[in-house]
Amino acid sequence: MRIVVAKVGLDGHDRGAKVISRALRNAGHEVIYTGIRKTPHEIVRIIIDEDAEALGISTLSGAHDTLIPKICEILRNEDLNDLIVFAGGIIPERDREAIYNCGVRAIFGPGTNTNSIFDFLNESIKRKESGDFVGVGENLGWHWIDE
Amino acid sequence: MNDNELLMGAKSGDRRNLSKLLSRIESGKFTFQKDSNVWALGVTGPPGVGKSTLIGKLIEQWTNAGEKVAVLAVDPSSPVSGGAILGDRLRMSNSDIGESVFVRSLATRNYPGGIIPKISDMINLFSYCGWSRIIIETVGSGQSEIGIIAFADRILLVDGPDRGDIIQAEKAGIMEMADIIVVNKSDLPRAKVTADLIIESLSLDSRDLVPVLLTSALENKGINDLVSCLDSLIPDKSRKNLRIRQILLSHWNSLAISNPRFEKIILDASDGIMSISESISSLMELLHEEAKS
Repeated sequence: MRIVVAKVGLDGHDRGAKVISRALRNAGHEVIYTGIRKTPHEIVRIIIDEDAEALGISTLSGAHDTLIPKICEILRNEDLNDLIVFAGGIIPERDREAIYNCGVRAIFGPGTNTNSIFDFLNESIKRKESGDFVGVGENLGWHWIDE
Repeated sequence: MNDNELLMGAKSGDRRNLSKLLSRIESGKFTFQKDSNVWALGVTGPPGVGKSTLIGKLIEQWTNAGEKVAVLAVDPSSPVSGGAILGDRLRMSNSDIGESVFVRSLATRNYPGGIIPKISDMINLFSYCGWSRIIIETVGSGQSEIGIIAFADRILLVDGPDRGDIIQAEKAGIMEMADIIVVNKSDLPRAKVTADLIIESLSLDSRDLVPVLLTSALENKGINDLVSCLDSLIPDKSRKNLRIRQILLSHWNSLAISNPRFEKIILDASDGIMSISESISSLMELLHEEAKS
């Protein structure tokens, strides 16, 4: 898969994003890393130019409840409805429902085993192939629950 | 959308259509060989000398001058997993904004077929869609990188101060192909000395001297000179032969690697069932069969 790993907003801590990028590469994916402090518009632009199938958003700044919905909104406006979006970093439990409602299909917190992310991506592809909705602009319903 | 609709959309400026077509070329589902007036620059050099940052500065200059700049940033795929981390665009300022820039990251995909035979189709597609400055960036000076860069009609070789790595790499043929050589990071000591060493090494050759420039992408120095040098450059005929040679060689390699029985030959040679010269004969036979079919 071609996956964009993005850091959005005023958040310069990208150790996590880099670890995830490396893990995804080792699992055979092509990862386009955006670098830090990107705007939602820049991130969507990168997804278009790179023709990515999935987007992983890393956020540790506390602005997830503003920035993630913004990204999802622009993605839908650009008709990138089938893009698979997942998020990671510090996203408290109480904020998660709202994020899922934007079309994000998985949220991975601290301590996540990278295998969970691979399992999520595999599950998403399997569902996509069987006609189920997994994209950011498609019908809500399923999202990944980490065990 | 079918390929034709995508192509019409891409030509009229739709980025998504263009992006989809690039993917289709990459996966071998679409070919594009329309000959047009292509302007393509290959940028290569050792890791860490500042190629991407320098390209960011070129993007800035050219877009300000009204050009449309497309970049193909090629990075190696992991030989173990086949995956890749493509991070060049993050060092190119302005790569993610404005309608006049398009940056696409590509992994070399070492598996059968690879990316090399598809680069020229991508360049032609960009040119057809109105992109007036096309840059192909690769790292290093291995055979596959030279094969990729050879598709450009002009080549910029970038080195860092106190390295002179490109002189070491001369055997790989990259220095002979360069139209312009830049020593970047001229803000650091010994950049001038490195440039002198390169000039000295070039002067051992009887060919016309290749311009050697100093730049600092970080401090925005020497960029104007580089841009005017690139803009006024008339691609050299003798270097064209070298480039065609590299293109043929890399296609030849790609034919061999993409043959389904290539792996079997490797195994047989490795197990001692065949000698190397027998393996070569057997490979030649395979390619001959393929050419006939």
